Amino acid sequence: MDYWINGLMTPNVPEPKFDVAQPTTPPAAAASAAPVPPKPTVAAAPPSPAPVQPVLAPAPVIPNPLPHVPLPFKGVDYAAKGYHADATVAPDQVVFAAEQLDKEGLSLDTITGVDWMAEGQMEVVYDYFHPAKALRVVVRTRIPRDNPEIASIHKVFPGANWHERETHDFFGIRFLGHPNLTPFLLPEDADYHPLRKDFAQ
Amino acid sequence: MILKEQLKTEITADGAPRETFVINLGPQHPATHGVLRVKMTMDGEYIVRAEPVCGYIHRMQEKMGENRTYAQFLPNTSRIDYLSAMTYTHAFVGAVERALKLQVPPRAEYIRVITSEMNRISSHLVWWGAFLLDLGGFTPLLYAFDDREKILDLLEAITGSRLTYSYFRIGGLYNDIDDAFIKGTRAFVAQMRPRLKMYRSLVTDNIILRKRIIEIGPISKEMCRKYGATGPVIRGSGVPYDVRKVEPYSAYPEFDFVVPTFEEGDSMARYLVRMEEMAQSLRIIEQGLDKLPAGPVMAEKVPRVVKLPAGDYCYAVEAARGRFAVRIVSDNKEIPYRVKLRTPSLSNLSLFEEASAGMLLPDALALMGSLDLVIPDIDR
Amino acid sequence: MIQSIWHFILSLWPEPLRLVLFVAGIMAFVGGNAAYLVWVERKGAARFQRRPGPTEVGWAGLLQPIADAAKLLSKQLIVPAGADSTLFRMAPLLMMSPVLMSLAVIPWGQSLAARNINVGLLMIFAFGSVNVMAVMLGGWSSRNKYAIISAARVVSQNVAYEIPMLLVVITMIMVTGTMNLNEIVVQQAGGFWHWNFFRVWVNPLMPVTFLIFYICMLAETNRAPFDMAEAESELVAGVYTEYAGMGFGVFFMAEYANILLGCALATVLFLGGWQSPIGVFSGVFWFLVKMYLLIFSVVWIRWTFPRTQFYGLLNLSWKILIPASLFTLILTSAMMKLFR
Repeated sequence: MDYWINGLMTPNVPEPKFDVAQPTTPPAAAASAAPVPPKPTVAAAPPSPAPVQPVLAPAPVIPNPLPHVPLPFKGVDYAAKGYHADATVAPDQVVFAAEQLDKEGLSLDTITGVDWMAEGQMEVVYDYFHPAKALRVVVRTRIPRDNPEIASIHKVFPGANWHERETHDFFGIRFLGHPNLTPFLLPEDADYHPLRKDFAQ
Repeated sequence: MILKEQLKTEITADGAPRETFVINLGPQHPATHGVLRVKMTMDGEYIVRAEPVCGYIHRMQEKMGENRTYAQFLPNTSRIDYLSAMTYTHAFVGAVERALKLQVPPRAEYIRVITSEMNRISSHLVWWGAFLLDLGGFTPLLYAFDDREKILDLLEAITGSRLTYSYFRIGGLYNDIDDAFIKGTRAFVAQMRPRLKMYRSLVTDNIILRKRIIEIGPISKEMCRKYGATGPVIRGSGVPYDVRKVEPYSAYPEFDFVVPTFEEGDSMARYLVRMEEMAQSLRIIEQGLDKLPAGPVMAEKVPRVVKLPAGDYCYAVEAARGRFAVRIVSDNKEIPYRVKLRTPSLSNLSLFEEASAGMLLPDALALMGSLDLVIPDIDR
Repeated sequence: MIQSIWHFILSLWPEPLRLVLFVAGIMAFVGGNAAYLVWVERKGAARFQRRPGPTEVGWAGLLQPIADAAKLLSKQLIVPAGADSTLFRMAPLLMMSPVLMSLAVIPWGQSLAARNINVGLLMIFAFGSVNVMAVMLGGWSSRNKYAIISAARVVSQNVAYEIPMLLVVITMIMVTGTMNLNEIVVQQAGGFWHWNFFRVWVNPLMPVTFLIFYICMLAETNRAPFDMAEAESELVAGVYTEYAGMGFGVFFMAEYANILLGCALATVLFLGGWQSPIGVFSGVFWFLVKMYLLIFSVVWIRWTFPRTQFYGLLNLSWKILIPASLFTLILTSAMMKLFR
């Protein structure tokens, strides 16, 4: 009954192995893998006895965690932002991005939109996460606000089906190629898009 | 009688005609699914296509996020998934603290973990009772609620609410725990372990239940990944993905616990994942109470007016149902520009349509019960 | 002593009035039982679930069934538009009447059977099949998809479970040599070791036979774990979805009356009927004790187990119970041939 030591109820629950190491090992931002709660990244002052102002070292450049993927990823400090990589792509590249990340083994977290009314653009944000290691990746794109259309990625990730319907509900973004772009959360006959910044009610 | 007009004749792939009719499951249910409508196209007893129709409890939480300050939106987070409310608040305050670079005191982090795990146990108990109610066993629901009452009483003493706690605040907690809570929680852990053993012998080992859920509703790893399913759904399919271990947050790295993973991918695997998780949560609570550090429960320099710097910030937690993530887009004002809530039940339910094709109706219901859905989580 | 009073009363009244008295008594008994079995069920369910159950209405909730009946009586009897109104109204009555008629041949005590028919057992099973037809009519005439699916399930379930039940009963007829229920009880006189349950020198698998009969009785009356027909979490109320008020009330009563009949039959066939376990002071009291113990076990099982899967239920009947009951039948006849 030594499985009780682990507090388990059955003897044959396998203890899974985790790969929590970062895909690369950046010098200062190993916060996600280190066994301490994430601290804000402030570089240590150089140990100088002279009474000079401590010079803050420039913030370390986080390397791209996915260098082999042909997308413009930038490494992001996870402790500050909550994701590891960020890429801004053109709207016609989102399907390609989805396919590349699918090949990497990532899973679709969510698809959403942000209405930048002042800039006349809508941003479509695709979040992906990896089911085996600490890797959360964001792919963004901007589309014009008065004619928001973008390709659907539901062929790559079937889970995108509902996320895209919801984004269409809230923002009016049309996902080309989507099999069923009817209102998902709003009533079936809704023709308004509540999360637009000019929605008045 | 089913009128002739209601039966539709389709030609199946092998050329044979098949008569189907559409039946609605809900939105009012005698079972405790919540307001979900599933439009099922049935061929006799077999499901041809099951299409969930959501939106019956859509409250537009994300719009509310754009009209309220960060502190004002905090109670909303509890109401997204009311059964696992602590963890949802944790995600939101975590995102704000991450953006403000606030250092939460260790005592507050430990108490957050302890109360989140208690909430996880109470959520799993409700799932367990409701799942068995779906399958026709009426009694375990009452046993589960009996245990849950003890958790709710303990949490009510420190937070003031039984279900939708707004206990966490930006920077820590608003109320410290007292000795009565610690004693009560230890007593609860001591009496819960034999109860879990009893549930195992009474229910988990019951042959009728085993015949109902073993090999029913298989979900593969690939399907989980493609649909973004997380939580016990993906852990029951052999992938040991738990946000507490893969993207550790709060004080979880200092706790020693196992993430139960089962390979089979059927409803029994998801069932066992949740039962084991309850046992593991008890372990975490015990460790938390043993190692609880002294100190304040609120960070020192919490700004009066919470304004996040411009940019977007994310925080993910392991809620009872899976991965819950918050993405706050801020433009340096007191109210967020956009609050996106990534809820686990939506991703978990999205695979139901593909997974239930060709199943018998009771099997599909067992599958849906084992996905542990809370509909306000889907609809927000 | 009671017997002599009873015989005296019998000698005063001519036969038709005796019959009327009996039938009225049976209807009162069935009515009162159907109502108070609801109380037993609710209190039993509550206690199994660690809660008190009905306590408000009357002492320990004993007036609860009266309150339920008053509620059901006060509701409007709605017949859905488009439903076949004659069949819709007839279905509950068709379900209740065979039970009442079957109960007329059960020997409640010595000379306490309404009609001591020589083919009593056959009559009970003949009337049992009307049950199935009533449920089918109710489901079909409701013009509701849930009802028709549920009615189809009930029919297949009942037909599947009638077969092993009849095979078991044929075994018992062979063992006892008669279809007259009073005779069967009289044969089990003496102590409890004379009861048919323990008659293993004729049929070594007699307890198995009893178990098969019990399971078939649960399935015939659509009780959990065989209540796919009214699986509440799936099909709302199944066959009874469209029935309101007393229409549903009659179905409900008929279900409890069926349980009563099944347990009474099990008592008569296997447990000695009105015979006392110690050989003396036989009478109707022992019959009622045994019957109510069986009913309590039926309630207990309902609140303990989840529902079986529908094909599991049918598999149990076709693949397990029918071969088992055939085997006991052949075994019994072999034993009787060899050792008689």
